[in-house]
Amino acid sequence: MELIEKTAAELRSLMLQGEVNAVQITEAYLQAIRAREPKVQAFLHVDESDAMAQASAIDQKRKHGWQLGPLAGIPVAIKDVLCTKGQVTTCGSKMLQNFIPPYDAHVITRLREADAVLIGKTNMDEFAMGSSTENSAFKTTRNPWDLERIPGGSSGGSAAAVAACEAPLSLGSDTGGSIRQPASLCGIVGMKPTYGRVSRFGLIAFASSLDQIGPFSHDVTDCALLLEVIAGHDRRDSTSVYRPVPPYSKTVHTPVKPLTIGLPREFFDEGLDPEVNACVQEALKVYRSLGATIKDVSLPYSRYAVPVYYIVATAEASSNLARYDGVHYGFRAPDFDSMIHMYSRSRGLGFGKEVKRRIMLGTYALSSGYYDAYYLKALKVRRLIKEDFDRAFAECDVVMGPTSPTPAFRIGEKAENPLAMYLSDIYTISCNLAGIAGISIPCGFTKAGLPVGLQILAGPFEEEKLLRVARMYEAQTDWHLRRPRL
Amino acid sequence: MALTGDQVRWVAHLARLELTEEEFQLFTGQLTRIVDFIDQLQEVKTEGVEPLAHALPIHNVFRPDEPAPSLSVDEALANAPARKGDFYSVPAVLD
Repeated sequence: MELIEKTAAELRSLMLQGEVNAVQITEAYLQAIRAREPKVQAFLHVDESDAMAQASAIDQKRKHGWQLGPLAGIPVAIKDVLCTKGQVTTCGSKMLQNFIPPYDAHVITRLREADAVLIGKTNMDEFAMGSSTENSAFKTTRNPWDLERIPGGSSGGSAAAVAACEAPLSLGSDTGGSIRQPASLCGIVGMKPTYGRVSRFGLIAFASSLDQIGPFSHDVTDCALLLEVIAGHDRRDSTSVYRPVPPYSKTVHTPVKPLTIGLPREFFDEGLDPEVNACVQEALKVYRSLGATIKDVSLPYSRYAVPVYYIVATAEASSNLARYDGVHYGFRAPDFDSMIHMYSRSRGLGFGKEVKRRIMLGTYALSSGYYDAYYLKALKVRRLIKEDFDRAFAECDVVMGPTSPTPAFRIGEKAENPLAMYLSDIYTISCNLAGIAGISIPCGFTKAGLPVGLQILAGPFEEEKLLRVARMYEAQTDWHLRRPRL
Repeated sequence: MALTGDQVRWVAHLARLELTEEEFQLFTGQLTRIVDFIDQLQEVKTEGVEPLAHALPIHNVFRPDEPAPSLSVDEALANAPARKGDFYSVPAVLD
């Protein structure tokens, strides 16, 4: 097996045994990036000399006998929504094409402290708005399993980078499924932690009550390793929760017994692709063979999750994105007649279509005369959605179903139909509205060779249980060992 | 419920978005379809349901008000599209 096909845990033990050093690992991934990027296009920026400098500093540390962090010498790719000090952070938008943050996001600081190598910034839907990464202002990322198809989104670059073995780990952000859906479509593991588990300091805001940063990896063990590094309280994010971080990477191999799995009938409706359903049913058989009890549950209000989301998320976005005014940072239009015209022209030219569409929708939902009918109504239904989960978790350890109703679709297939695109997040969105934890793990392939993901959801701050349940299945299967031919 | 061209223009004005004529046409149709879809929420009975703005029961979080280093003027202005001395530069608001 080539070095680049290994997991972070495997690379780490090779590092500890002295079989390889950080420079060799980083070199191998940079070479993979050079060879594969023309096809995959997962990255927006790769600074080779900076990555090599980080790697050699880690090797120096080891040479001097200093203690190394848990991700020593492991390359991590970063979604370009996370601020990196002194390095361009575009958020996939023309608006921030030249933006150089004066500080690191909290998770970036954590990665540096863990001795990880930040290998590059990955492509994404503009301002994390999209499900295919086609809304990037810069390039179209390809699914490594089929280059004619989308990798999912909005963290499509981070998912494709790991699937294509251009990095063993990456970070994404998930507002309505933007980690789990691309993980599913690219055949890797992706987790959205509980809201408040990971600090959002330095994450460029989309919808502040829903956004959460999380890991991508080849397998569940690596997911635990990366989550352990990024989770924890940070005083700079007042919604980050003050509670201890369990040693996920140590407990991940312990099965959960007894295990009760809830199967919401609403996640298996007529919109579900039969091949995806077949893979999920096979996965449930594996759990049954491990002694799990499977119980039918109902999440009756989950059918309203997409409409609630497109009010709540767009309302919050319309407010968050008001800061892009061509004054403090970001794009300013060259010609204008007045101050107000400078704002509206800079925003009109700096934002792409989907971002403008969502700002419009959110502004409408918050505008005088419509606030009660849309925004307030959505917040009430949001509570009903959360209460559905409260009831389910009172009788089940986890809830399972497909991550995405279909495998990866073709590039351009849904580009002209925003509503069809929105529906590709139908199973992932309710998790963000309820603020709970969710993971997508590989559970098979379609006949055409496209990956399928199993979504597992757990109650707030139950990441430890979620990872253990995911690992139980993974230990019985080999989907996570497959790598695309590139 | 179809959104009228006037409504779309009004919302674009509120959002400070200058749209092209082509975008107006496109968004008027697309937003109408999206709003139609979202209107299914009206069928949910929500009498007596408290709105949920945030999944966590978070209230104000306080910390001691202690001075700490912050960005220098140059760092804060480094990304400004236009700068004059130690200030952001914008077009005149008053004549």
